This record gives sequence, structure tokens and C-alpha cells, in this order.
Amino acid sequence: MARARVRPVRDGVALGLAVGVSGVAFGAAAVGSGMNVAQACVLSLLAFTGASQFALAGAVAGGAGLIGGVAGAILLGSRNALYGLRLADLLPHRGIRKLVAAHGVIDETTAVTLAQPDVAAARLGFLATFVTIYLTWNLTTLLGAFGAGRLGSPQSLGIDVVGPAAFLALIWPRLRAGRTERAVGLAGAVIALATTPFLPTGMPVILAAFAALGGALISPQPASPQPESPQPEVP
Amino acid sequence: MTGVWVAVLVTAAGCYALKLTGLVVPRGVLSNPRVRRFAELVPIALLAALVAVQAFGAGQSLTIDPARLAGLGAAVAALLLRAPFLVVVVVAAGTAAVLRALGVA
Repeated sequence: MARARVRPVRDGVALGLAVGVSGVAFGAAAVGSGMNVAQACVLSLLAFTGASQFALAGAVAGGAGLIGGVAGAILLGSRNALYGLRLADLLPHRGIRKLVAAHGVIDETTAVTLAQPDVAAARLGFLATFVTIYLTWNLTTLLGAFGAGRLGSPQSLGIDVVGPAAFLALIWPRLRAGRTERAVGLAGAVIALATTPFLPTGMPVILAAFAALGGALISPQPASPQPESPQPEVP
Repeated sequence: MTGVWVAVLVTAAGCYALKLTGLVVPRGVLSNPRVRRFAELVPIALLAALVAVQAFGAGQSLTIDPARLAGLGAAVAALLLRAPFLVVVVVAAGTAAVLRALGVA
């Protein structure tokens, strides 16, 4: 009985700590792109989904394209809705607990929750991952945001490379998943670069969603059987 | 600065709404395999686009910044060596920073 409770907690805390410290990269990138410390921290507290946060920071650095940046950031959060579909039966069904649990529906919590053998362990795993990663991610966001401003200019620290390197690390496991994934990634990059000179900042990235549409129409089934849980990455 | 605050709050509200949507919508909505596949592929297309735009973009024009590209090359090398996320990011930023400090790029 005790052992059944140890595993989900251990899994969740380990993954949460390992991934949560990446908040330092987000905090540094956000302040490097022109957000202030409070904005970086509020985004980590309230949005709490890494790819969207990095995307919005990139849009702020780009200057004029805030509307496009917001749209792109929200679009990037759409996969969390899919995770919610898979977790709906395992998480609290109603009330304030459901509203709080929803905030924790991200890559890592989904991975740990779906890996557990029963509902009790799944809920425990979800809770352990959510709490650990939420505390770590927000604390390290604060550290990164403060540190970036103190240490020197963003350019001299290479902070302009943090965003693209983070995105690359995020899609890397997905690019390895199959030919369609690689084709969609390449097409998305080409669409965005080709339209950048002609469109307001942020719009080229949203247009890249057409690459995903094309991929879904041409190849509706993944090449290999879907793994039971998503790849852990940053939240 | 007000614009950035609005962007932060709207993004946060949108991201939360999406998370909650998955928990409350009837399961049938995403039973269509093409819809499901689209939702899987969207992050790949958008993130790849972000990598490209942030690697080569300078506002609305395209540019080649050798230090930035070297940093991304270092990130690829780290990923091929299966380095964890934070190591990849630090190696990328460190490479660009060192090249700029040395004045070679």
C-alpha cells in the first residue's frame, strides 16, 4: 500500500524538479526581450505553459507584433486541451478542485499521470508533479528574471539565442517521431521565413499552422503507434 | 508597457481556458482523427517557425548573425548528444556569448 503511493510521488517530484528549473531560462529570456520582472513572473504564475511563455517573450522582443504574438502563444497552448481530454476521467470532476487541477494540465503532469496503474496513483502523481513543477518553475523564473538584468546586456550574454534553442529542444523529440513531423516542421519554418518580410511581426508564425493542417490532411495517422504518454519537456 | 501587460494577461487567460476546455468538453469532439492529428502537429509547425524566425529575423527583415547561428549549432550538437533541456539552452547562449566577447562573430 505504501509502495503504491511512493512511486507516483517520486516520479512527479523528480520530473518536476528536473524540468521546473528551466524557468530560469524563461525568466532570463523574458527580461532580455524587454519584459519587466513582474511581467515575467505573472506570466509563469498564470499562463504556466513553457512554449507559450517563450513565444510571447519572443513577440515582445520583436516589437510591434503583440497581437500576433498573443495569438501564437495561445495557439501553442492548444495541446493542453488535448491532454485535458485524456485526463478528464482521472482528475477531480467538479468544483474548485477541478478549476485548480485544470491549471496543472501540461506536458509533464500528463506524462506522469497517464503512467500510473490506477486512479488513486494517477491523482497522486498529478498532484506531486503539479505542485513540484509549479513551485520550481515560478521560483526559477524569478531568479532568471532578476539575474538577467544584473549580469549584463542580453546580447552579450547570448540571451537572444535562449528562445530559439529552447524551442528547438522542445520539438526535438517530436521531430524524431516520424517523417510527417519533420516535414511539418520544415514547412512551418519555410512559411514563416518566406512571409516575414511582408507581414507584421507574429503573423508569419501563425501562418505556419497551415503546415500542420497540410500534414493532418495528408497523413491523419501517426507513422508509429502513439506513445502512451507525451514526451516530458518544459511545462 | 501597458500593451505588454495586456498581452501577458490575455495569453494567461487563453492558456488557462484551453487547459480547462479539455477537462469539460464531451469526449466526442476530438474523436475525428484528422482533428486530433492537427492538434498534435500544430505545436511542431509553430515551434519550428519560431526557431526559424528568431534565428534569422531582425524585426521584419532577415539577417545572418554568426554568433546566434553558432549558438543554435551548438544547441543541435547538445541535442544530438541527448543533453537535458537546460544544458542545451546554456550551451547555446554560452557559445554566442563567448564568440561575441572574443569579437570573432
